[in-house]
Amino acid sequence: MTTEELVTGGLRLEAHKQRSTKAPIRAASLTERYVIPLDQHSGLPAVPLVKPSDRVRIWQPIAQPAPGISAWLHSPVSGEVLAIEPRPAPHRLGAPTLSVVIANDGRDERFENAAAIVSFERLSPNEACEHIARGGIVGLGGAAFPTASKLASSLCENGPKLLLNGAECEPYISCDEVLMRERAEDIVFGARALLHALCSPSCTIAIEDDVPDAHTALRLAIDKVGDARIRIKVVPAIYPAGGERQLIATVFDTEVPHDGLPADIGVVCQNVGTAAAIARWIRDGQPLVSRIVTVTGDGVRDAGNLETRIGTPFSSLIADCGGYTERMSRLIMGGSMMGTSLPHDDLPVVKATNCIVAASSLDLQLRGAEMPCIRCGNCSQVCPAFLLPQQLHWYLQPFDSDQLDRHGLLDCIECGCCDYVCPSQIPLVERFREAKPLLTRELDAHLSADAARTRFLARNERLARLEAEHRAKLAAKRRPKNEPSS
Amino acid sequence: MTFPTAPAPHVVAHDSVGRVMRIVIYALLPTVALHVVFFGVGLLIQIALGAATALICEAVALRLRHKPIEPFLKDGSAIVTAILLALCLPPLAPWWLVVSGTAFAILLAKHLYGGLGANPFNPAMVGYAVLLVSFPVQLLQWLPPAGMEIEHVKLSVGETIQTILTGSLPSRLTWDAVTSPTPLDALRTSLKLGMTMVEARAAPIFGTLGGRGWEWINLATLAGGLALLVLRIIRWHIPVAMLGAIVLCASLMYLVDPGTYAGPIFHLTSGASLLGAFFIATDPISAATSDRGRVIYGAGIGVLTYVIRTWGGYPDGVAFAVLLMNLSVPLIDRYTIPRIYGHAR
Repeated sequence: MTTEELVTGGLRLEAHKQRSTKAPIRAASLTERYVIPLDQHSGLPAVPLVKPSDRVRIWQPIAQPAPGISAWLHSPVSGEVLAIEPRPAPHRLGAPTLSVVIANDGRDERFENAAAIVSFERLSPNEACEHIARGGIVGLGGAAFPTASKLASSLCENGPKLLLNGAECEPYISCDEVLMRERAEDIVFGARALLHALCSPSCTIAIEDDVPDAHTALRLAIDKVGDARIRIKVVPAIYPAGGERQLIATVFDTEVPHDGLPADIGVVCQNVGTAAAIARWIRDGQPLVSRIVTVTGDGVRDAGNLETRIGTPFSSLIADCGGYTERMSRLIMGGSMMGTSLPHDDLPVVKATNCIVAASSLDLQLRGAEMPCIRCGNCSQVCPAFLLPQQLHWYLQPFDSDQLDRHGLLDCIECGCCDYVCPSQIPLVERFREAKPLLTRELDAHLSADAARTRFLARNERLARLEAEHRAKLAAKRRPKNEPSS
Repeated sequence: MTFPTAPAPHVVAHDSVGRVMRIVIYALLPTVALHVVFFGVGLLIQIALGAATALICEAVALRLRHKPIEPFLKDGSAIVTAILLALCLPPLAPWWLVVSGTAFAILLAKHLYGGLGANPFNPAMVGYAVLLVSFPVQLLQWLPPAGMEIEHVKLSVGETIQTILTGSLPSRLTWDAVTSPTPLDALRTSLKLGMTMVEARAAPIFGTLGGRGWEWINLATLAGGLALLVLRIIRWHIPVAMLGAIVLCASLMYLVDPGTYAGPIFHLTSGASLLGAFFIATDPISAATSDRGRVIYGAGIGVLTYVIRTWGGYPDGVAFAVLLMNLSVPLIDRYTIPRIYGHAR
């Protein structure tokens, strides 16, 4: 086995990054059509600003955020809007979702946006957040949470500490590693912009101990601007070190409250890719219309990292990488531990597409037949949330919501470490993922039942009090007749 | 192109229940080998009888429960139960003892509760306890270990098989001539007769550390147990807590009255202390499950083992101590849930 148990949980997994990091970042080929799903970020779907047969230019806004948490979308090419219709999307596991379909005219005619390039230092924190929102910037680590919303909710008196996450712990993903290696100055520029927007005193860039080239490049970029607020913190390459909560515990030695956000302990965590995207938007006026995608796995001929426009079909990226090998068997968006397996490759790259693994049987380690849990506890040794997966599994059948809550089912981050080490080959994470909504619903039902009971008891008490007061008044009225006052 | 989909994670380590059980069996081999050196081939025949019974009972139970037979027969857990039970029985015990004990362990203690993973009690210890309560005489017919100054009767392989199968010794021998109490038993009896510790320990059955022969078997068990620790099949919490508790109790009582109570080394190297600590109490299915829970569970077994051995009426206390602590596991588990990330300390 290639694993090593650690006191803090997590696994030392064999890295599979060399295949995709050998060559520098290259540009993905342009294609005829780009499909931009309107709901590709966390929160509410964006509202289209264009209609079919409209002409659009590259970088032109094509959808604006819905009220609440949402994000801007921009055209990755110049051309014509063909349709706004449901199209299969990778973040919906291949199910259709409303998307803007744009035909590329190949001319890349630039949308003139005079307001795009700004002197960032002059903006107030709120203006800065608003400006970042206009760039369509979302978290590029995989969650695609609108960055401006995260920043706005983190603004505080003394300024939160900024943490840039360069700890790319999933074994196959390398887009952040090559970004740090080749575009470190973008990251540092973005870091300084974020420090300004947050009025933050310090920025920590966390990277793993197995990426010396990226470390050197970042070091040089920081020294070049001579910004003493930015420092690098090396963390052990242990999966899932790059999980937001795990990384904060490693870097700052404090935990995020289970029912809170990093902002509650004065920390804002952003992916290094997000910082670089902010730099391009502020410095060059380029909104988030492209990102680096790692295409790797034994199922594809030439693995690599490709600068890819949002909306490019997976199949086109695979073709850019020499096509599938005969051994190709599973298509995964994201990494081998947490990525989602997709039914086909006619899906567009979205802002959250950090990696496409074309996995062959050599990459996949297929599960054996499931056996009963023997309570060996290997799972609890590797759980980064310090849960007892063996007990959670026990309380799933029959479903014991009280015990599942006590054992922290909702604190599970679905990293897959427990699955990985289970000798009984139980698909624990899949079970937990399915059970979470059930538990949430039951707990809500309990809560509303509790609230109803509290209301009922309060009402009874109130009625009893009124009754008592009434009797007391009556008694007071009668008293002078019966008892002569002194 | 279309592809079949599957839930994450897409990679898993190549581990299996079968691998875990196989390693446990390998780790028991040194103990078995030294047992044969000191007590003859009886144990091997007991293991063969027990293993055959275990597999047959397992298959029958799986069939009755409409479960797939092959994967569960291959997981090796029934064999581990059979070996552990056989190690607790006198090498010349009649065949029906190991067969009925193993059958009870597999059918009642394991499958009646839901089979692999669902048994609240350690099956081998249930089997042993049932035999000990039902047939105490047969369970005390231990042989003297080889290499003692007193006459050591060596049975041939054929004679051993014949004795186990028929329940009677070859005509040249009598039970009185071939049996000897176990060291723990001998010590208890001598002390009851009013001997001092020094007088009692002068008997030829005792060696330097504990019982003659037994001390070597126990050292082999220790080696196997350490191998399990190194291979991460078991973790340190249960063995350290159990042995620590035995040492603590034994040292305390030894300091109080060295004339009446045996010292910690004797307790560690006699009876089933080490086998219990590394191979029996560590059965994860019937043990507490969090690290803290396992420390409490192991310590409980250690204390109970010492108490039953010293003041109880049975030759050793490990089996009952394990069963009693099995009983406490739900309670221990309930109060030893570890702190979850992000929750108050």
